[in-house]
Amino acid sequence: MTSIGLPHFLIVGAALFALGMITVVTRRNAVGILMGVELILNAANVNFIAFNHYVEGPGKVTGQVFSIFVIVLAAAEAAVGLAIVLAIYQTFRTIDVQETDTLRQ
Amino acid sequence: MEHADNIARAIEVSWLWLIPAFPLLGAALNGLFGARLQKRYGKPAVHTIAVGAMVLSCLVAEAVLWGKIFGAAPSDRFLENHLWTMWQSGALKVDLSFGIDPLGMVMTMIVTHVATLIHVYSVGYMADEPSYWRFFFWLNLFVFAMLLLVMGSNFLVMFFGWEGVGLCSWGLIAFWYTDLEKAKAGFKAFIVNRFGDFGFIIGLFILFWSLSGSWSSSGKYLPERRLSGRVLGTFAEPARLSQNGVRLGPTVEFRELRNQVVDEKSGVAERLSHMQLWGVPVLALICILFFVGAAGKSAQIPLYVWLPDAMAGPTPVSALIHAATMVTAGVYMVARLNFLFALSSAAMSVVACIGVLTALFAASIGFFQYDIKKVLAYSTVSQLGFMFIGVGVGAYWAGIFHLMTHAFFKACLFLGSGSVILACHHEQDMRKMGGLAKYTPITRWTYLIACVTIAGFPVASAFYSKDEILWKAWTAGSLAAPWLGQAIYLVGAIAALGTSYYMFRSYYMTFTGEYRGGSGHKDKERLEDPHSMAAHVHAHASALAHGEDGAQVAASTQPHQHDASHGAGPDPHHGGVPHESPKSMTYVLIALAAASILAGFIFGLPSAWTGQEPLLERFLAPSLPAAELVKFHEEPHATEFLFQLVGGVVIAGGGWLVARILYKDARSTAPARLKEMFPRVWALVYNKYYVDEIYQATVVRGALLLDRVAYWFDQNVIDSLVNFIALLGRAVAYFDKFIDEHLVDGAVNGIADLTLNGGRALRRLQTGHIQSYLYGALGGAIAFVILQYVIR
Repeated sequence: MTSIGLPHFLIVGAALFALGMITVVTRRNAVGILMGVELILNAANVNFIAFNHYVEGPGKVTGQVFSIFVIVLAAAEAAVGLAIVLAIYQTFRTIDVQETDTLRQ
Repeated sequence: MEHADNIARAIEVSWLWLIPAFPLLGAALNGLFGARLQKRYGKPAVHTIAVGAMVLSCLVAEAVLWGKIFGAAPSDRFLENHLWTMWQSGALKVDLSFGIDPLGMVMTMIVTHVATLIHVYSVGYMADEPSYWRFFFWLNLFVFAMLLLVMGSNFLVMFFGWEGVGLCSWGLIAFWYTDLEKAKAGFKAFIVNRFGDFGFIIGLFILFWSLSGSWSSSGKYLPERRLSGRVLGTFAEPARLSQNGVRLGPTVEFRELRNQVVDEKSGVAERLSHMQLWGVPVLALICILFFVGAAGKSAQIPLYVWLPDAMAGPTPVSALIHAATMVTAGVYMVARLNFLFALSSAAMSVVACIGVLTALFAASIGFFQYDIKKVLAYSTVSQLGFMFIGVGVGAYWAGIFHLMTHAFFKACLFLGSGSVILACHHEQDMRKMGGLAKYTPITRWTYLIACVTIAGFPVASAFYSKDEILWKAWTAGSLAAPWLGQAIYLVGAIAALGTSYYMFRSYYMTFTGEYRGGSGHKDKERLEDPHSMAAHVHAHASALAHGEDGAQVAASTQPHQHDASHGAGPDPHHGGVPHESPKSMTYVLIALAAASILAGFIFGLPSAWTGQEPLLERFLAPSLPAAELVKFHEEPHATEFLFQLVGGVVIAGGGWLVARILYKDARSTAPARLKEMFPRVWALVYNKYYVDEIYQATVVRGALLLDRVAYWFDQNVIDSLVNFIALLGRAVAYFDKFIDEHLVDGAVNGIADLTLNGGRALRRLQTGHIQSYLYGALGGAIAFVILQYVIR
């Protein structure tokens, strides 16, 4: 059995990204979409960590720092996203994104 | 006379324009403000302006005569007043300028003085006319136009006056325009005159053309013999002078034309005599065309028909325009152009023959007329014929002399007839007059004096003028045929006999015997009615009041204004009995009667009596250079005395005797018997030889036929052409419409539809669903990745 290398991590990241993307695209519930976004962000984090570990570079921790920033950003994004969802709910009395099509106007 | 002396040089007199200016001013005042003046200040305001203007004009004319003409040497008697140049085009230079030479002076004096007298007469005659101001407006305007005619120093100013008098004649003949017959008479006069004016202006064109020529290098004037299409240039060519200093080349100025023709060194007279236009001697053509104009204005055959109808106008108008002044314009023009007429024996013969034929023809119509004004009208036509004999045979001064005496005695006759008509309560039919001698003594005596004058008794002026004309005709030597002069004399003598007869006939029918008129105002008063409406209502009202036929109008509360002069208070005779006219009328009659007697003694005692030329002939000599060219046979004085005896005693007395036997006191039954013996002749002459009917059948019907042909042509040919072009236009328009609708509109709509549909299709993309955008983005990314692999 070969040892676990960079491609495995990338496959996990890609799978996560794909799942997140599918969640964002298909879910009708706004909170579900936010969850999908979290998956996508985490897929990006997996890639950052994996590349940090396997790719030689000047700084040994750049990828890790970057992923911490992404986590912080994700927290903030979740807060803002939930606030938007709340606002949508107050406006439309629903959080089904199929109903909220005023963006086209 | 030396030839260099014969050339007229003008003396500038800067105030000649005042003579026509005063009547123009009077006409302007009355024309613009007359109606208001009359309403506010009454009729005296209107006639003060009109008569005042005439008196001032008269005074200026007198000043010219005594101050500038009378004492001056014959060569200094050409006055000119150049106001401004109206237009200049190539060789043509037209000035607004007035010229007075002895001939113009005589005419100006006649016009201003007779017109003043007639203005005064009109004050009484038109007293009851509601449109008083309009009458005086036209009368003053007429005098203005007539003065332009006689004083204009060139053809254009003269022509302006020529047309102006025609216009005023129209306005005055049709003065009572509500009466259709009178309105028609006005138009008839105007239209017949247009025929003559056409001849005048064509003659002027040919004359102007025939005067053009050029200088050769040797200094000799070379005429251009053919009609030249060369434009003479837009600037005036330098003046070409003859050796005597006469300016040559085309001109419209009378004096320059006269000098060119008179100056032998210029060669103009010689050239004109030999020049031909389309095979016709150009001089004869010019003169005859001018004479056509003169015949229209002066009522000669064949254009005389308007003058008898012109009697529809008020009587003062008949006296002023249709006897004394306007109708003599033709005679004046021929005399003015004497130097041209004298060069063409053909033209002289035509003028004299037409004149004598008219004289006889019109006199014979006068025999059987019953309307007193118609008699006088035909008499005028006849006398104008005599004047044309005079100017035709070359006795220019005699023609002008007869013009002058005729102005006096015919004005007197017309005004006398006006007085008679007023006396008989607007009756013009002489069968209903008679016996007026008793009621209207002044009118009777003045009328008798004028009759004696026109008949040619040696006591009054027309004897001297008419016999001079006939004597000159007998001895004429410049006509086309040697016997023509004698023939003209014989026919003219017969016409003179007729003149004497019909004038005394009118006198006896009117003034002797018993009054044959009915009582009161006639229903026929519409024939001549300055008071028509007033009188009619008046008589009618009184008839109602008295329950009888209006005979006792005396009791009426408003006596007529013209009755006011003969006695204060109610007039017991007013109803059925004639009455004398007011003083403003009778004084004028007396003045004219005096003038018609005295003019002969003053101006025209025959040279056979006194041994020297008559005063008027000497006076007019500078204006009539051609009088020296025209040849007359030398006859002994004894022969002339014999002719004067025949003319003055036999002819005048014969006519008088016949009229006296037939018509004195209306006792003789001979006229009625003669009428029964020759009914057809009587009817022929009474109906004026059916000339009016012939004109109706030829000229008027011809014109109407032409009108119908033109109408048909217009309706069928022109209209169908127009319609065809319209059809073409419509066909093109249909085609254009098709292109427009299907090609152009299709393209435009297609683009619009494309945009619309494109927009509609693209709108689908904009769903507003964030997920569908994500689908798009994702699909795009996947497609991009796949593409990456494929292309690589």
